This record gives sequence, C-alpha cells and structure tokens, in this order.
Amino acid sequence: MSRVITVTSGKGGVGKTTATANIGAALAALGHKVVCIDADIGLRNLDVVMGLENRIVYDLVDVVEGRCKLRQALIRDKRLEDLYLIPAAQTRDKNAVSPKDMVRICDELRKDFDFIIIDSPAGIERGFKNAIAPADEIIIITNPEVSAVRDADRIIGIVEAEQKGPAKLVINRINMDMVERGDMLAVADVLELLAVELIGIVPDDQAVIVSTNRGSPIALEKKSKTGEALRDIAKRLAGQEVAFTSADGAGGLFGRLSKMIRVGSKHA
Amino acid sequence: MRSLASLFSPRNRSAQTAKERLRLVLIHDRSSLPPGVMETLRDELIEVISRHVDVDRAAVRLEITQDGRAQRLLADIPLKRIDQPLPDL
Repeated sequence: MSRVITVTSGKGGVGKTTATANIGAALAALGHKVVCIDADIGLRNLDVVMGLENRIVYDLVDVVEGRCKLRQALIRDKRLEDLYLIPAAQTRDKNAVSPKDMVRICDELRKDFDFIIIDSPAGIERGFKNAIAPADEIIIITNPEVSAVRDADRIIGIVEAEQKGPAKLVINRINMDMVERGDMLAVADVLELLAVELIGIVPDDQAVIVSTNRGSPIALEKKSKTGEALRDIAKRLAGQEVAFTSADGAGGLFGRLSKMIRVGSKHA
Repeated sequence: MRSLASLFSPRNRSAQTAKERLRLVLIHDRSSLPPGVMETLRDELIEVISRHVDVDRAAVRLEITQDGRAQRLLADIPLKRIDQPLPDL
C-alpha cells in the first residue's frame, strides 16, 4: 500500500524541507521506494537540501502543463537508488498547480512508490492546499517556541477539518540545556498544549547546517544523534515501535517523567 | 537579585511564561471566540436565565476549557439565595 505523507508547519523556517529530505532518505535507506515532491512552487529548495540541484531538467509545473512525462521529472538520488525527487518550478507561482493536479500526480506515483513525501510551503494558502490535497497522512513540524507552536495548532485544526487527521508531530530543534534551565518549552509542554500524537523529537544541532551545506542528509550519518532521531521518525512511519528515550531531548528529570506519562496516554 | 528558591521555581522561568501565554492564545484561536464576545455571551446568558430564576450576577463565571483538542464552554451560574419566611399559620 502506497502512502502519501505531507510535511507541513504553518510557520516558515521550522525545518520542513530538511525534515522531508531526511525522512525520505531514511525511508529509502530502510529499503522503501520513496519519492519526495517539492510543493513550494517559486521557492524551490528541496533540491539543494538533497544535493540534486544540478540534475534538474523538468519540474512539477512541467508535468502539470504537459511539457514532459511524469517519469522524466523524477530525479534519482546520488546515494540511494530507491530515492527520487520531483522538484518545484522556480520561476512560476503556486497558482500554476491545483489541488486536483497534485491528487492526479500522486495517484500515478502510487503505482511505483511505497512513500510519496510532500514538502509543503509555509502558510495556509494555495501552496499548502496543494500539498495536503493528496495526503493520506500529515506530519507537522514545530519548534519549541511560541509562534511555531501557535501556527502548528492552527494547522492541526485545519488538518482535522479537512479530515486528513490525526496529524503527527515532530518537535524540531529542541535544545536540552535550555529546557533544563527552564527557558525552552519541554516536549511534555508542547504535547500538552497541542494534544496530538508525537512521532519525533529532533535536537538543535549545528551539524544539520553542515550536512545541508554539503547537500547530504544527516539521517545517513550513522554516528549522528540527530541523524538517529530522524531515522527513528522513518522507522515509526514504517510501523516499527521505537521508544522515545531521555536522549531524545525531553530535558530534565521532570520533563522526562511527564513526557513518559504524556506519550503513554496519548490515545486515551 | 533573585532568591535561590525563585531560581529553581519553574514559575519564574520563561518556558513557564511561554506555556501559560500559549494556553490562553490557543483557547481563543481554536474557538474563534474573542475575549470581548465572551463578555457579551456572559451578559446575554445572565439575562435569559434571570427571566426564570434569580442569579447572583457578580459571581457568574464563563470560561472555555480544554479536553484534549476538544473545547467546552463552561458556565458557573450561582443562584441567589432566597430566604423564605415560614408560612403564616
């Protein structure tokens, strides 16, 4: 069964594109056939984060407007043979694609791929609607910070109203030192506020910028803790039970205890 | 200077402030009920109920509570105590 998973956030700059590239790479490394679609028309970036910017010939808008076949717009990853990218157009705007186009393209991709991961643009306008239209599941990326959490809540509400829920949450860029000082929302705080299922906790790590500089997903770096956190998200998506541990950045004894309670009762 | 106790008290740290502020903001974001409309709603509720029974107006409380992602409008409407005299015999 093929699954279409859309990665979104409301607020910009929380790490959607990096998460998409890494979850896609991690799923492909697990042996699944994966295609990542950049739905941010006009502000294309998934290509550079995946390190595939030099291989682009056709893009999503070329497919929609019939200038090429869908398979001609599929770019194969350099490292993983089961990972592909469909890039966004850079010189067009988001109205060049409609939600119907996205559903049609994804239905065609379902025949060949296990996972279709869509990188949504920020905001709740056309580009976002395009990104969630074909989705079977939604992953929301947030940071432990007031504006990102507020926007995540708004998106969770929209996802529920569109009957695409329940959304799953990734808390990205958590800084354990700040959580332990009491100067950053803990995992338990964010879960209590948003009341949504957790699927990943990713630490704030400068190594992510280094890997993005190189165009090589950190999820493929075996020794990286951040890479492991991202690989764990892929495993959970693929149906494996991967427990959250204190090393995930719950932060502090109290944070850890309350997180365990929260995670344990999330379906209650 | 902060006392040692306040240094360890989570109440005074910015994460706690963030959480409390977010809790209130999310309640109103989700319900699309601005604080001003809550006041109107409260006044109108009192008016309707007062037609049938005496209400302690000053003590009426109306609030939105959260249960997971579901929201609930809770009204606490104390009734005025009526001292009923014994019937004449």
